[in-house]
Amino acid sequence: MTNVIPIFRREMFAYFYSPMAYIVLSVFMLLTGWFFTTQVFLADDSSLRSVFTTIPFIFIFFAPAITMRLISEERKSGTVELLVTMPLSDWDIVLGKYFAGLGLLVVALLFTLPYAITIIAFGTPDIGMMVTGYLGLVLMGAAYVSVGIFSSTVSKNQVVSFIIAFMIIFVLFLLDKFLPVMPSYLVPILQYLSIDYHYNNIGRGVIDTRDIMYYLSLIVFMLSLAKLSLESRKWS
Amino acid sequence: MIKIENLTKYYGDFRAVDNISFTVNDGEVLGFLGPNGAGKTTTLKMLTCFMPPTSGSIMYNDMNVRDHSMEIRRMIGYLPESAPLYEYMSIREYLDYICDLRNIRGPKRRERMDAMIETCGLTRMMGKDIGELSKGYRQRVGIAQALIHEPDVVILDEPTVGLDPNQIVEIRNLIKNVGREHTVILSTHILSEVEATCNRVVIVSSGEIVADGTTASLQERMADQITLSLEIRGDAAGMTEAYSSLEGVEKVHSVSAGNNGTVQLEIGVQRGCDIREAVFRRTVEKGWVILGMSQQKTNLEEVFRQLTLSQGAVVQ
Repeated sequence: MTNVIPIFRREMFAYFYSPMAYIVLSVFMLLTGWFFTTQVFLADDSSLRSVFTTIPFIFIFFAPAITMRLISEERKSGTVELLVTMPLSDWDIVLGKYFAGLGLLVVALLFTLPYAITIIAFGTPDIGMMVTGYLGLVLMGAAYVSVGIFSSTVSKNQVVSFIIAFMIIFVLFLLDKFLPVMPSYLVPILQYLSIDYHYNNIGRGVIDTRDIMYYLSLIVFMLSLAKLSLESRKWS
Repeated sequence: MIKIENLTKYYGDFRAVDNISFTVNDGEVLGFLGPNGAGKTTTLKMLTCFMPPTSGSIMYNDMNVRDHSMEIRRMIGYLPESAPLYEYMSIREYLDYICDLRNIRGPKRRERMDAMIETCGLTRMMGKDIGELSKGYRQRVGIAQALIHEPDVVILDEPTVGLDPNQIVEIRNLIKNVGREHTVILSTHILSEVEATCNRVVIVSSGEIVADGTTASLQERMADQITLSLEIRGDAAGMTEAYSSLEGVEKVHSVSAGNNGTVQLEIGVQRGCDIREAVFRRTVEKGWVILGMSQQKTNLEEVFRQLTLSQGAVVQ
C-alpha cells in the first residue's frame, strides 16, 4: 500500500506540470463564480444554494476530463508495461491514480471556499447545511472520479474514455429524473441507484448512513472493475 | 539461473510461442534472436511477469513466476520495446520516480542515480525533459531505469531499434559493460548485434526455437557449411527436384528466375561433400546449361536466413 503514494504524487505533479489542471480549474471557477455572484447580487440570496445545485452538473464534465488520461495515456504510450512489471500490485496503481483524480477535484472545491467565507462574513447562513453540502459534493465527486478511473482503463483513446465516463455518470445522474413516468415498483430501486437522490438527501442536512454507504459501494465497485480491466492483459 | 520449460502462449487461437525451453545461466548475456513476429516480445513479456504463460513454467532460481511474481519483479530490470517513458518529466525526476517505485531511499538513492547518469552517459542531457531527447538518449534513460536497483537480471527488448549506427555502437558497448555484472537477456532481429554483444544465442522462428548455443559454437557449426551458387538455363519447374536428389545436398533454394530462361539457384551442401561434378553431370543429363557456378562458405546472416525461413522459396 505504501506504493500508492509515489503514484499519487506523480499524477498530481503531472496535472500541475501540464496545462490540464489550470484549464479545468479556470473553467470550474468561471462557472461557479458566475452562479454564485448572480445569486448573491441579482437574486439577493445570501446562501450557497446555487453553487451546491450547479456543481453536480459541472462535475459531470469535470470528473471525466480530469480522469480520462490517467490510465489511457499510459496504455497508449506503453509506459503501462513498465508500471505493471514494477514490484507494485494493480491495486496500488488504481488507488494511486484514483486519489490523484480525487485530489484535484478537492482542490477545485477548496477554491470555492471564498464564496462560503464571503457569505459567512456578510450574511447569516446555515453553517450546518454548508458543511453537509460540501460533504455531499466530496462524496459525489469521489464516486464520479471512480467511474472516470474505470473508463480510463477501458480504452487507449482519451476521448473514448471521456465519453464512456460521461455516459455512465449521466445515466446515474438522470435515473431519478424519470421517476414520475416509471412503474411504481421500479421507483425505489431507481431512486436508490441515482447519484443525485443521495446528494440531495445529504444536502438537506441529513447525514444518513444509507447515503454514505451508497457512495462507498459505488466507489468500491467501480475501482474493482478498474482493477479487473487493468488485469485483463493476463486473460488472453 | 532462469529455467524456461515448455513455454507456450496463445493469443486467442493464435499460437505466439510454441513449447520453447531453454536456460539462462548467471552472468550470461543471452541474445534472443528471430525475425519480426517470431514471439520474442511475447516471451519477454512472460519473463517479466507482464502476463502469464498459457502453459509451461518459468523459474528464477527456485521461484515460479506464478507464485513469486513480486519477488521476481524486484530482481528484474526491464526495458520494453521502443523504451516507453513519460515525456514531460526531466531525467532526474523520472529516475527519482523509479526510485520511489523501487523503494530505493536515503543516501543510496542519490548514489544510484548519479551512478546511472554516469554509466549511461546522460550527464550532458541532465537539464532536459525526456520528450526533448533523441531516440538514442531515450534508450539510455530506459536502460538507466532498468539498472537503477542493481537487478540480478536485465531484460532488454530490441534496445537498438531505430538508432543511428553511432548510437548503436554506444548502446552495444553499454550492454557489454552491463553484462559484466548482470545476467542480460536481449532480443533483437539483427544478427550482428548478437555477434557484437552476446556470448550465447537462442534463435526463434514462428514461436519455436531453431538454434541454441554459444555464438562461437554456432559460427563454428556453420563455418564449414558450403553453399553452391548456380546460374542455369533450363526448365525452372524441374530444377529443385533434379538437384535435391543428388547425394550430399541439404537444401535447394531458388533465388530468382532471370530473363531468357535462366535460373539462379543456391544449394546448401552437407559438410565435407563436394558435389560440383555431380551437379555438372545432372545438368548435362537434363539437357540444361550451366552459365555460372561458385562455391562459398556460409556466413552467419545466411545461417540465420536458412534457419528462420520455414521453407525455401518456390520457383516462379
